[in-house]
Amino acid sequence: MSIVSTVVVFGLAALWITSSAHWPRLRDQFFSWSHIEESFPDVLRGFWINMRVWIISMILIMLISLLFAALRALRGPWFAPFRVFAVLYIDLFRGIPAVLLMLLFGLGIPALQLPGVPDAALFWGTVALVVSYVAYTTEVYRSGIDAVHDSQRAAAKALGLTQWQTLRHAILPQAVRNVVPALLNLAVALQKDVALLSIIGVRDAVREARIFTARTFNYSSLIAAAILFLIASIPMARFADWVTRRDQERRLQRTM
Amino acid sequence: MRRIEVQDLTKYYGDKLVLHGIDMGVGEHEVVVLIGPSGSGKSTLLRCIGRLVPYDYGKIFLDGVPIDDPALAGNELPKRVGVVFQSYNLFPHLDVLDNITLAPRKVHGIDRDVAEARALEELEKLGIADLADSYPDKLSSGQQQRVAIVRALVNDPEVLLLDEITAALDPELVGGVLSVIRDLKAQGMTMVIVTHEMGFARDVADRVYFLDQARILEEGPPDRVLGDPEHPRTRQFLQRIIEAGRL
Repeated sequence: MSIVSTVVVFGLAALWITSSAHWPRLRDQFFSWSHIEESFPDVLRGFWINMRVWIISMILIMLISLLFAALRALRGPWFAPFRVFAVLYIDLFRGIPAVLLMLLFGLGIPALQLPGVPDAALFWGTVALVVSYVAYTTEVYRSGIDAVHDSQRAAAKALGLTQWQTLRHAILPQAVRNVVPALLNLAVALQKDVALLSIIGVRDAVREARIFTARTFNYSSLIAAAILFLIASIPMARFADWVTRRDQERRLQRTM
Repeated sequence: MRRIEVQDLTKYYGDKLVLHGIDMGVGEHEVVVLIGPSGSGKSTLLRCIGRLVPYDYGKIFLDGVPIDDPALAGNELPKRVGVVFQSYNLFPHLDVLDNITLAPRKVHGIDRDVAEARALEELEKLGIADLADSYPDKLSSGQQQRVAIVRALVNDPEVLLLDEITAALDPELVGGVLSVIRDLKAQGMTMVIVTHEMGFARDVADRVYFLDQARILEEGPPDRVLGDPEHPRTRQFLQRIIEAGRL
C-alpha cells in the first residue's frame, strides 16, 4: 500500500511539473543532456580533487581532534595550558563560518607571500577545512570521553596506570567507539563542504561547473556536479545510518 | 608495625564532612571489615587508603611510609595495594586476559607471555580459565567480579581493598565470590573489606569497625561488635539489618 501511494504521489508531482508551460525552458537550462555530457569530463576531474581533499582532510581532522580531545582530558595543573588552548581554539573556530575561514586562509595567506610558506590555494583551502572541522570534532570526541564512566578511571588508577596510559588504554578506546556515528555524520557533512574550495579559485567540481556555465549560459553543468556529489554522499549517509543503528542495538543489548 | 595505619583522617566533599578524625590500623595478615549505614564514609575511607581520592587532614601509612611519600609515588602504591570495586569496573573493550594483564604489561613492564601465563594460572585457581578470551559483557556478574579479583591479585599486592564487592551481584552468585575471599584469608592476605553481608563479616573478619556519620563509633572482634555492641547506634543498625533478614 505504501508503495502504491508513493508512486501515485510522486507520479502526479512529476506530471504536474513536466506539463507546466515553463518546463521546456527549465529542462533546457538545467537538464540538457548534451550540456551535461559536454561538461562532464571537466567536472569529474574537479570532483576528483574534491574527493582527495575530503579523504586527506578527514584523516587529518580525526587525528588532530583526537589529540586535542586527549590533551584536554588530562587533569592536573601541568596540563592547564593545553586545556586553555583547546577551549580557546574551539570557541574561536567553531564561531567563524567555514566560508570565512576558507577566504581568510585560501586567499589571505597566499596574498602575504611569506617566504617558505606554500601559496597554493588548494593547500590553504584544505587547511581551512581542517581548522574548522577540528573544532567540532574535538567536541564530539570530548562528549565520548565524558560518557565513559568515572569508575573506569578509578579502576585504571587503582592498577597504577598513569594519566596518559589511562587515556590511551582505558578511556579513548571506549570514547572513540561511543562517537563513531557522530564522526561519520561529520564526514558526510565534510564531503559536501569540500565544495567551498571553489570560492578560492581551486578548480574543483563546482568551479569547473561554473566556468562552463559562464561560457554557455546553461546550468546543466551544475546539475552534473550535483549528481556526482549525490553519488558519493548517499552511500556514505546510508553507511552512517547503518553504523548508528548497529551502535544503538549494541547499547540496548548491554543494558538488557 | 602495622601494615596500614590511619591517623586522624578527615575529608570533606565540598562542605560535607565525610570522614572525621578516623584512626584505624590493619595488621599483617589481618582482615578488617568496615560496616555502617550508607553514607557513613566507609567506602570513602577505603578509597583514601587506596589513594584513589584525596583527603584533607591526617595521615595514612603503608608499612610506616606515608602514602603521599615519594617512595610510594606513581605505580609503587598500586602495586602493593590492590582494589576491587562494587561494580567490578572491568574494561569493556578488553577481553578477560587483556583486562588482567594490562597493568602487568603496561605498568610493570612484564612480557606478554609471562603476564598471560600468570593470569591463566590465577584464573585456573578460581575455575574460570575458560573465560580468558571472553569480553566482560558476556560474563555473569559473579564471573566479572572474580575476574576483577584476579586483576588485582596478579600484581601480587600486600594488601587488598574490597569495596562492597558483592553488592552488585545476583544473589545466587554472592557465595562463590565470598568463598574466593575466604580462600585469600586462609592464604594470609591482608584485607580491608567494606560489606553489607553481616554473616560474611562475622565469618571472615579479625576485627570490625562500625562507622556512622563520618566517624568510627565502635571497634573490636566481630563476635563482640556484631553480637554484643556497646554503642546504641551500632545496636540500632544491626537490629535493622536483622529485621531485613540479612544476618
